[in-house]
Amino acid sequence: MNNQPPLLKMKGIVKHFPGVTASDHVDLQLQQGDVLALLGENGAGKSSLMNVLVGIYQPDEGEIFLNDQLVDIHSPADAEALGIAMIHQEFMLIPNMTVAENVILGKQDLPLFPSLEEVENKILDISKHYNLQVDPRAFISSLSVGERQRVEILKMLYRGAKILILDEPTAVLTPQESEDLNHVIRRMTSEGKSAIFITHKMKEVMAFSNKVQVLAKGETRAVKDTAKTTPEELATLMVGRQVLYNIEKEPFRPGDIVLDVKRLSTRGDREHSRLKEINLQIRQGEILGIAGVAGNGQQELAEALTGQIPPSEGSITIKNLDMTGKAPISYINNGVSYIPEDRGAMGSIGDMSVGHNLIMKGYRKAPFINRGILQKQSIFDFVHKLIKNFRISTPSQETQVKFLSGGNIQKTILAREIDACDGLLIAAYPARGLDVGATEAVRQEIVKQRDHGTAVLLISEELDELIMMSDRVGVMHSGSLLCILEGENIQRDKIGLVMSGVCPEEDQ
Amino acid sequence: MKLRFEKRLEASHLSTILVPLASFVISLLLGALLLAANKANPWQTYHAMFMGSFGSLYNFSEVIVKATPLILTGLGVALAFRLRFWNIGAEGQLIWGGIGASVVGLFVTPAQGGNLIYLLLAIMAAMAGGALWAGIPALLKTRLKVDETLTTLMMNYMAILSYQYLYNGPWRDPEGFGFPGSRQFSQAIWLPKLVGRSTIGIIIALVIALVLWFVLTKTKWGFELTMIGKNPRAAHVLGVNSNKNILVALLISGALSGLAGGFEVLGVSHRLQQGLNLGYGYTAIIIAWMAALNPLSVVLAALLMAMLLVGGDQVQMIMRLPSAVGLVLQGLILIPLLGGAVFSEYRLRFIGDKKDV
Repeated sequence: MNNQPPLLKMKGIVKHFPGVTASDHVDLQLQQGDVLALLGENGAGKSSLMNVLVGIYQPDEGEIFLNDQLVDIHSPADAEALGIAMIHQEFMLIPNMTVAENVILGKQDLPLFPSLEEVENKILDISKHYNLQVDPRAFISSLSVGERQRVEILKMLYRGAKILILDEPTAVLTPQESEDLNHVIRRMTSEGKSAIFITHKMKEVMAFSNKVQVLAKGETRAVKDTAKTTPEELATLMVGRQVLYNIEKEPFRPGDIVLDVKRLSTRGDREHSRLKEINLQIRQGEILGIAGVAGNGQQELAEALTGQIPPSEGSITIKNLDMTGKAPISYINNGVSYIPEDRGAMGSIGDMSVGHNLIMKGYRKAPFINRGILQKQSIFDFVHKLIKNFRISTPSQETQVKFLSGGNIQKTILAREIDACDGLLIAAYPARGLDVGATEAVRQEIVKQRDHGTAVLLISEELDELIMMSDRVGVMHSGSLLCILEGENIQRDKIGLVMSGVCPEEDQ
Repeated sequence: MKLRFEKRLEASHLSTILVPLASFVISLLLGALLLAANKANPWQTYHAMFMGSFGSLYNFSEVIVKATPLILTGLGVALAFRLRFWNIGAEGQLIWGGIGASVVGLFVTPAQGGNLIYLLLAIMAAMAGGALWAGIPALLKTRLKVDETLTTLMMNYMAILSYQYLYNGPWRDPEGFGFPGSRQFSQAIWLPKLVGRSTIGIIIALVIALVLWFVLTKTKWGFELTMIGKNPRAAHVLGVNSNKNILVALLISGALSGLAGGFEVLGVSHRLQQGLNLGYGYTAIIIAWMAALNPLSVVLAALLMAMLLVGGDQVQMIMRLPSAVGLVLQGLILIPLLGGAVFSEYRLRFIGDKKDV
């Protein structure tokens, strides 16, 4: 054990929200140079605790000590003055301003006319020192998600942060970018800075941290040295039970062709994500996984296959019906279900109730509608059934969806889409950002659909997920479908090989 | 003990009634201060305002005369706002309703005679006029993404100028002794009277409010409109055609304001003349917000505004206060009401040592 006094100490933090207690007498300690992983399911109270630390929330009870001194943090500006900075999941950057402008924006002790050149030079110094490559004159709008995160980190370093808090930093990153981030954090801690990062991915806990604190339902479950624990132990602590890392799946017995895509191309501004002559087929009872780094046309593929963007060339046939150029409603009527990648913006309507969100596909048909009038009782019964069957945890049908946790929002979408599904299910990143329990539920449900004879297109960035669930795996790169691996060939390294542009089947 | 705002998980039904009431009381108290500062007795003034609105059947009929166009334009604006289509062109749509009705009144209906069919025709023409004036910005928005706030606002001025041109120029009554305005319509197409100057327009307006409430909250189409209003992207993914629905809803929105204009010329002035651009279309925006875009609440808000308008005139006449006082009182009513809306979404909680109850 370290005998130094802790750099940061949070003591007995309590934070209530309407209906939930986000933090229930939580303690937290951080030594200088620590990388502490805050691990827990969605809604475990990780973000709330950190928001208390940076002054976004005021705790109902509890105290915060920095270097053994009691501090009062009423706003992010207070936290910044104490050297505590947080990088949120949603980046706080202004797209039509440059990197340098964003870095100094909102800084407290700014002269009336700051010299951007000085700022740019200092940014270059920091970026060289930490190997954070960013052009200070670039506009944020021109940067990728990974680059934007670098800007956020730069901004905090520029402002002299000593404790950096990262909220789910790798959720949006490619594997390579995650690796780079790990290096940056190590460099920082070797210089005496400390970091806390919020996550629910075991792999990251093991790779990034030296200490891990497990939270569940607003309480601390355990604090461990990363080196002295295992992912399995952490997973058990997190959900309170043994987690299945494998999915039960019936043997592969494909039926008739459900989806037949020929030479599908789309128009688009971005060369990288425009679809280029995609050919693919999915049969009944088959999951076709699509691997690849996000932004290589996966979203366009999902949108083209649900009628949201028209193809410029090629054809889409679903259940022997030519769907090319048809509107989304035609796809829905033909039994196509879609779990979109962005569950808040595309998959659900936060300001409407859970009940209404669940009926958003069914409302068009009897018994939910009669002569254009919605039938309250049948809708209520239907919603009640879905909430029960899919174990959606919500205070009531009337609760607005935006008040649910990410996992329960996704379960709501899943329940609606699976209930309405007749033949083809398109799922884009269905488990992204979900905790272990919800991930398992979502994956299990999709595999169950496949077992019942549904054709599934599964878009994902997580190779484990793809390997576990898919019957065939294709790789997308720069808008093209490179090749499709089957059976024995579905392996980590082989998929990786295809992602680098080599197709193993071509040798045979 | 601490006080704290907390967001409500579900909208409180009780508070939607209590909050406006409490706000209204606060408004009256604020108004009393203002009146006292002007050396007017607040009690007497409020009494005069109240009597001005309710003191006699005739006075109350004046409230109805003003409430009718306010309800209709308020409904039109509320419908558009529910889709986040910022239609601030109710004023122009109302005027074009008046122009539409006048076309039938002046050129289709015989100068003497005619019958109920012509009245119905004139009403339909009024709705068509309003729908046209709202349809243009709706098309521009859905086809070309032209900002609707600008187009609807600018088209108000176009509407004002066009109707002024018509009654001053080509449609001017040659036997009008120099007064600007068209000739009077045949009595056969005057909107039937109720009491005083009020007409059956109010009944139609109330029925429309009820129907619109039903459509918006109980039907498939209303559900789709809510989806579009709350999250157009998700609505699109879920197969709802936003552009088509926005266009249809805006045609209805314009038709409602057009109807208000039609009732003005068919029921009040019986000719096209000045006085269509009294600002009902702008007051309608305030009414729509006060009513939280709920058609039934629009009726109440419109009645309140009509009372203030009529009562304000009384203040001027009886209390000999400047007419501006009436306007200031209106403003004073609105500020607490809009500010009070926060209590419908949030609740105030006392935080003590106790844990969550």
